[in-house]
Amino acid sequence: MTSLETAANPEGLRRVAIDPLTRVEGHGKVTLLLDEHDRVQQARLHIVEFRGFEQFICGRPYWEVPVMVQRLCGICPVSHHLAASKALDQVVGAARVPPSADKLRRLMHYGQVMQSHALHFFHLASPDLLFGFDADPARRHIVAVAEAHPDIARKGIALRKYGQEVIRATAGKRIHGTGSVPGGMNRHLSDADHALLLADAARMVEWAEDAVALVKRLHAADPVRHERFGEVPAKMLSLVRPGDGALELYDGVVRVRDEDGRILLDDQDPCAYLDLIEEEVKPWSYMKFPYLRTLGPAYGWYRVGPLARVQNCSVIDTPRAERERREFLDAGHGRPIHAALATHWARMIEMLHAMEVIAALLHDADLRHGPLTATGPRAGEGIGVIEAPRGTLIHHYRVGDDDLVTMCNLIVSTTHNNQAMNEAVRAVARECFDGRALTEGLLNQIEVAIRAYDPCLSCATHALGSMPLQLDLVGADGSRRGTLVRHGDGRFERED
Amino acid sequence: MAVKPLLVIAWGNRSRGDDAVGPLFLDALRRALGPEELARVDLLEEHQLHPEMALDLVGRERVLLADADPQAPSPYTLQAVEAGRDASLASHALSPSALLAVYRELHGRHPPPVTLLGLHARHFGLGRPVSAEAEAALPAAVLWALAWIDGDAPGDWPGRSAISG
Repeated sequence: MTSLETAANPEGLRRVAIDPLTRVEGHGKVTLLLDEHDRVQQARLHIVEFRGFEQFICGRPYWEVPVMVQRLCGICPVSHHLAASKALDQVVGAARVPPSADKLRRLMHYGQVMQSHALHFFHLASPDLLFGFDADPARRHIVAVAEAHPDIARKGIALRKYGQEVIRATAGKRIHGTGSVPGGMNRHLSDADHALLLADAARMVEWAEDAVALVKRLHAADPVRHERFGEVPAKMLSLVRPGDGALELYDGVVRVRDEDGRILLDDQDPCAYLDLIEEEVKPWSYMKFPYLRTLGPAYGWYRVGPLARVQNCSVIDTPRAERERREFLDAGHGRPIHAALATHWARMIEMLHAMEVIAALLHDADLRHGPLTATGPRAGEGIGVIEAPRGTLIHHYRVGDDDLVTMCNLIVSTTHNNQAMNEAVRAVARECFDGRALTEGLLNQIEVAIRAYDPCLSCATHALGSMPLQLDLVGADGSRRGTLVRHGDGRFERED
Repeated sequence: MAVKPLLVIAWGNRSRGDDAVGPLFLDALRRALGPEELARVDLLEEHQLHPEMALDLVGRERVLLADADPQAPSPYTLQAVEAGRDASLASHALSPSALLAVYRELHGRHPPPVTLLGLHARHFGLGRPVSAEAEAALPAAVLWALAWIDGDAPGDWPGRSAISG
């Protein structure tokens, strides 16, 4: 059990809850329990709403699923679209989809990774990094970035827009597209869209490289903070390409490294995920805690996402991103980097890689010609695993003879990172909270550590929409000292 | 390629009860439009508003936004949208005002006139169908939008406050 997760005598502690987490998709809550000396005794990241999206999927025809699952989330719908398609490829007997379908899906996926990383970095993270954690909260948003750094904001929005255009061109719609189907794809890239995307590709590669340079400048300007803030040594899990262990976001084998960078597991079949990981339920959170079966819950938790992937792989097969990966590794002086803010650096390296992949794919004739679907012997079960922007995403379905889904299990990136995010909260609480002043700066530092993981709590809890949330302050004697409510429309209401 | 002068953006989740009324409104509007109108108006469905959508507003004469509104009486409300900074700027999904604020900072000028059509909506359960009352309110909203496209919609004028349809 982690030292600050469960206090020895929680009934005698003062409770401080930070709620909600801004710049996080969905909603979460952080609770710090203090003892009579106002020292942090407990630190937990809670999830406050649960709705069963898996149950919603059960009973539906399997061919609807790749479209329906996109309604889980407004940020990474394409990841769900493709993970479901990969799982259902197995149900329709498509052991391998045709090259055209594989490349079109990759194009769509790398467009998704690129636009999601751009949204997170420029819209949500860059205000903290450019203005500082203690800056006026009224300035920590993309409009203020556009005011102070118009070139950065313009490039960020253009990168995001380009990724969205890749999705539209391959999925058929800007949102909730139908391009990927069980067994392959249902459309080629049109000549018009090909020309549109190709025209801007080189410029987007340059701008993605500029984004990596920006992160490096921010790191160099405050190296201690970037190397230490929210540092949580963790095992790293991701897909890698079979054979050479290259960074692979669409399809691959599972690799796990330990906190020191040693490979613990390699070449694992992702479809055997149930043999590899197990999920622990804790009474204080709706979100489960996955861990490696072989190591157990106390030692088997791990990190997924950009920081894990960039260090878990052996190489990146695009030249600019590989050059940046090597420079990133050098910053660790031979040790893996586990600091929260390094995630942004890794994320921008991945965005550059995604854009290089897109630019290269656009020269592949298979995108516009060739068979699109495959079939084979019908199966009753399928598992699709993909590296979504935030990390490893698992979709698992069973389908009855009547073509209706009978079982659905989704393990999303944010759930994989649950323990790592909790550890990050504890690390910041230990370092920054004096037990007295609950300042906006402190709240934001805790949120900065969590936001580095770009958690998508809509996906993790399968919850949707907004809800009013509140901050409670409870004294050591159990009495409520005050409540701060942030309503769904952003209004604050205080009760003392 | 020239940008069409009019833009309608509707958003919501088709799997969450009345949150689907935005996309359903757009479906109905698309069916009601002839080729002549479609040559002048772009129709965009979204899950939520994102910052890069400020680029979709560039070059438009007028913009109509449509979303489920749990406070809107039946059949709809209308509101002129002004650029403004609010809490949504710190989230993945922008409010209409925040979207216009992004536009203003990116382009250094005021956005085109934007009207928000708040569609009557009450129930948002996951997997629930659209309620009968929300569905019944849609035809009136579509009729208003057709008039908006023709430039003679009642209640659509600069500086108005929220009104009910």
